[in-house]
Amino acid sequence: MKKTTIKLVILLAVFALVAAACSSSDDESGDGDFRIAIVAPSASNDLAFTQSIVDAANILKADGLVSEVAITDGTFVVDDAAVAIRDYASEGYDLVIAHGSQYGGSLQEIAPDFPETSFAWGTSAETFGLSNVYSYEAASDQGGRVMGIMAAALSTSGVVGIVGPIEVGDAKLYVDGFKAGVLIQNPAADVPVNYIDSFSDVALASEAATSLIGNGADVLSGTAQMVVGAVGVAKTEGVLWFGTQANQTSLAPEIVVASQVYHWEGILEEMVKNVKDGKLGGELYSITFANDGLVIEYNDGYDLPSDVRQLADDAIELIKSE
Amino acid sequence: MSEVFTIAVLVAVVGSAIRLAVPLLLASLGETYGQRSGVLNLGVDGIMLLGAFSGYYAVLKTGNVWLGLVAAGIVGLILGLASAVIAVTLKAEQGISGIGIYLFGLGMSDLLFQKLVGTPIPIDTFPPLDIPILANIPYIGEMFFQHNLVIYLAFAAIPFSAFIINRTTFGMNIRAAGEYPDAADTLGVSITRVRYATQLIGGMLAGTAGGVLAISLGIFQQNLTNGAGFIAIALVYFGGFRPVGIMLGALLFGFVNALVLELKTLEIIPRDLSNLAAMAPAIITILALAFVARRFRAPSALTKPFTRGQ
Repeated sequence: MKKTTIKLVILLAVFALVAAACSSSDDESGDGDFRIAIVAPSASNDLAFTQSIVDAANILKADGLVSEVAITDGTFVVDDAAVAIRDYASEGYDLVIAHGSQYGGSLQEIAPDFPETSFAWGTSAETFGLSNVYSYEAASDQGGRVMGIMAAALSTSGVVGIVGPIEVGDAKLYVDGFKAGVLIQNPAADVPVNYIDSFSDVALASEAATSLIGNGADVLSGTAQMVVGAVGVAKTEGVLWFGTQANQTSLAPEIVVASQVYHWEGILEEMVKNVKDGKLGGELYSITFANDGLVIEYNDGYDLPSDVRQLADDAIELIKSE
Repeated sequence: MSEVFTIAVLVAVVGSAIRLAVPLLLASLGETYGQRSGVLNLGVDGIMLLGAFSGYYAVLKTGNVWLGLVAAGIVGLILGLASAVIAVTLKAEQGISGIGIYLFGLGMSDLLFQKLVGTPIPIDTFPPLDIPILANIPYIGEMFFQHNLVIYLAFAAIPFSAFIINRTTFGMNIRAAGEYPDAADTLGVSITRVRYATQLIGGMLAGTAGGVLAISLGIFQQNLTNGAGFIAIALVYFGGFRPVGIMLGALLFGFVNALVLELKTLEIIPRDLSNLAAMAPAIITILALAFVARRFRAPSALTKPFTRGQ
């Protein structure tokens, strides 16, 4: 009886792991000879960080530049991500993308073991001096600045709130840029920033937004996957929202004004071509307004005043010229 | 600093604390039933996740938040039954089997979400329900009586559960199954039935807790609970295995979280101390737990499968 019990428990655990694996991977074998693998901390369809890179990779696949895009998402535990990265390299994937700044340490250990495999680490500006590691980042402060300017122009209370995850990397860059944009447009504005110290706590993000609104904010922004909670509160309270990383209009068409969308496909295409030409790494890429890697996508359902739109357009042109 | 000590801040923090506490309270209450009867279920978070997805999906498809809540509870009930089969009938090692349930819930909820929904789609949330007259009391009304029906029912479940556990025959049987199962068995109490019942109740409450979370937030995404189920289990110990105690624990945890958020909004907490402040809820709960644990002990038969005659 005890052996049966143990077998049943093991079966349950295995089923759970298989279910998790099935929810994570998206293997598709196909013709052609270039395979990409992505390891990311959140869901492929999080309307934020991970979705942006997955969308880019799928564009390349649709264009025929790559034959396969394998995805292991939801690997918020770094050790799990390290296993996935190593597995993909072992399986001969041509480019393994470690899409999470927390994966750097693991990548630094793994990359030297697979000198014929190209790795890409984002968001980061570090390649560890390794010839088979690319790094990439988003100049998210650029879009943050543009949307901060719009936010300040639209705010009637003069209080624009920001919900952030952990004050690090891309998140910090965006938040700092957004705040700077608000203060450029309205130096007297109050811009409280609430870093909830989690990338995944949706409930906490929701309460952070409630707190910001309770303190007078009538426009909000935020970054990372937990902001879906904050957007929900903004929608309930009728507070405007500016999104980043992916187009968040669908979350709340009534109040989302615009989103800074990351288009990684341009730099991803460059990486793929470089790898095909034999250059496996050693370069840093950055998506910006200038190279069309950053785009402000507006919600057509929101009636944005033309003068505010003009402010944004002017800001983008200024940034491009810098 | 004077901004902190205002009525407005207190009202905001208490309101937020209550909202944050409710999922923890429900899940912890369910686990209390189970542990009082001698069964430890570490899979609470997994049940919450599947309850959250079920509730979310039901609301997405029907537009009815109450159907969503029922769906969440039913799914929790089913998983509670699974837990009972594994822990009570099969007499599996409860800690390990609970982790298995957690992993199952984590993976399955995400799989179902990816396959059935895909991109996060917002849903309706619970409608607000102001308690007549009480909601109009200055400050007090806003803190306690301007929430929604689910929150009121969650808190009503506390005295109800305290009554059940302490004042009814069923409650006596639960306590007996957790403390002296052999003696209870000789007196005609079916330990198996009692533990099955508590696992069903626990599963139902955990599933409902997940449903409450998802529907309150109006969204679902991977790992929505963010480990809340494990906090709920810790709160059982914090509360001394008593409904009122776990309610106080859940409120303390929610209050500290809410206070930290408010202090961050007011920029009272410096950015470089933000990480430390984020640990405050857990630290305070652990400290309180260390203090409380001396006064209460776990049921003597907790985690011990029952076999007549052994």
